[in-house]
Amino acid sequence: MRKYVPKDNVQKKAYYTDRFHVVPRVPRLAVEDAHFVSVVNAVKADIIESYVEIGTLVLHIKPEDNFKVIKALKEQCGYTQCSEQSAVDYLAKDNEFELFWQLLNVSEAKRVRVVCRLANGAAIESIEPLFKSANFAEREMFDMFGIKVNNHPFLKRILMPDDWEGHPLLKTYPLHGDEFASWYEVDKIFGKEYRDIIGPENRDPSKIEREDTKRFSRVGYEVPFGAEYSEEKQEIEYSDTFLVDYNKKPSKILDERR
Amino acid sequence: MQVANKLSPFFENLNFERDDNTMVINFGPQHPSAHGQLRLVLELEGEQVVKAYPDIGYLHRGIEKMAENMTYNEFLPTTDRLDYIASTSNNYAYALAVEKLLGIEAPRRAQVIRTMLLELNRVISHLFFIATHALDVGAMSVFLYAFREREFAMDLMEDYCGARLTHSAVRIGGVPLDLPKGWLENLATFCDKVEHELEHTYNALLQENRIWKMRLEDVGVISAEDALSWGCTGPMLRGSGVKYDIRKEEPYELYSELDFDIPVSDRCDSYGRYRLYMAEMKESIKILRQLIPMYSKTEPQLMAHAPQYISAPKEEIMTQNYALMQHFVLVTQGMRPPRGEVYVPTESPKGELGFYIKSEGEPYAYRLKCRAPSFFHTGLLQEILVGTYIADVVTIIGSTNIVFGEVDR
Repeated sequence: MRKYVPKDNVQKKAYYTDRFHVVPRVPRLAVEDAHFVSVVNAVKADIIESYVEIGTLVLHIKPEDNFKVIKALKEQCGYTQCSEQSAVDYLAKDNEFELFWQLLNVSEAKRVRVVCRLANGAAIESIEPLFKSANFAEREMFDMFGIKVNNHPFLKRILMPDDWEGHPLLKTYPLHGDEFASWYEVDKIFGKEYRDIIGPENRDPSKIEREDTKRFSRVGYEVPFGAEYSEEKQEIEYSDTFLVDYNKKPSKILDERR
Repeated sequence: MQVANKLSPFFENLNFERDDNTMVINFGPQHPSAHGQLRLVLELEGEQVVKAYPDIGYLHRGIEKMAENMTYNEFLPTTDRLDYIASTSNNYAYALAVEKLLGIEAPRRAQVIRTMLLELNRVISHLFFIATHALDVGAMSVFLYAFREREFAMDLMEDYCGARLTHSAVRIGGVPLDLPKGWLENLATFCDKVEHELEHTYNALLQENRIWKMRLEDVGVISAEDALSWGCTGPMLRGSGVKYDIRKEEPYELYSELDFDIPVSDRCDSYGRYRLYMAEMKESIKILRQLIPMYSKTEPQLMAHAPQYISAPKEEIMTQNYALMQHFVLVTQGMRPPRGEVYVPTESPKGELGFYIKSEGEPYAYRLKCRAPSFFHTGLLQEILVGTYIADVVTIIGSTNIVFGEVDR
């Protein structure tokens, strides 16, 4: 019987997990810091949950409030930089994405992470009018996860080619690429009909084909480039011009760098 | 948009002369001043840029995807390939993020060595910046001098970890090796040498150089609001008058114990940023000098003691059965951090390098996001290049100090 492989998450999994292994959780602390308390109070109405995890205030919000909350954080609490934003794929478990915005308050040296859960296929409002760094970050999120962003000035693939199919950071996307990815260059440069002639890409960098005389040669059995592979012992005489006898003059080893 | 295929191959300048009299040119991806693989589509009116579109992704290797398919220790050498000019800072940023997630701290000696390596890497990276920036602008000799000093710094790195570019000199929980014999003396000599060269070679060649000033002053002006809004960090942010250095504001390692200044420039232009890089190198030398006497006062332990996550030292593995078992499990299965998420920012030579890690308690990270400073600095190009002249484009790209290993990841 073929081994069962879950299709919704094809990433690498632990091959063995102890039956009694209990995964601990990083402690989520109550908001006590005076600055963080003022932040939570400023956006209290829109917060589902708030806690401090490893020094960062985490605010859980509804996806439709993201612009409102981040605007309030920027204008009322002094979070003037959006360091990073991206998503985490929870499609297999909850059919949702988890989006996060990592904000920085330069004057207080404090960081806030705004987190929301976005249903699969839903779109999120762009925060590009607030932070221009979102221009590239949202494009990357769209490219990697396929999450649509409303009112983005130029939502287009950024790292992958424009005509790419699939979104590479989804858990359903295999590490070595899918069918489309493996034939991308061949299809684009030569056309689909050349797939048979060119053959699939060699993904094993250490692969050695002893019959291939274009890239490999066997010592003592050398044949001309591209000629038929032969099992007959070849006698090759090397001229002195190419063979340098390094033993004649012992090389000099320097004690220290010149 | 051109679509190239076998029947209609790619023409470099299809709309060379358009109706509205603007010319579209491709700057890169193979341009020597594109710092790797930046394709910049520029729309020119005469010599003035009216639209700039940075096209990235030519070096995309899916490092974040790889992180989801590798155990935490396996992934560490991959981080070398982010900012390959100063790879220890990437190793360190990643290791620190995982350490914060695990809740462990490196022992004192490892901290001293790490801080030394980080600052040495900052010097390496800044020397590289001065060299290539000057070369882009047209000053050839600075390149040769700066690469000479950089070579000495790389020799130091090679003495320590055996590699010149891809160091992997930091491990999760500490450092793999102690400093070799005579390394600190060499480091002290290097500090003296670089300090002398900074003053007598680079400053003498560039600082008051008429051509250098004409090419850099008031070129690539970024206001403080723009810099914050575009996510600029590091010298790009401090060059716009915002005094924010993560080493000072959110200190990690030994930075809270060290005495150093944060240079700031309110010129907002390329010349201000150049002065900033020079000043930062001096501060790094200052830090390195303070670290040298700190080393001898530390205990010889190099890796944190956390048997659940970190393998025991080699001697223990070879002599004690339990340590060997633990090591076997950690190598074959990988460590399993607690469930949770963490974002740890560090001040890499280019700016804020942060790792966001989401762990579900598996030996593989559920999601790893690398916040690379150069990615956001590349985004900024589409705004600051508009209105400049084509001759200044190279200066501005050089001044942003982007490295494509971390832009494309």
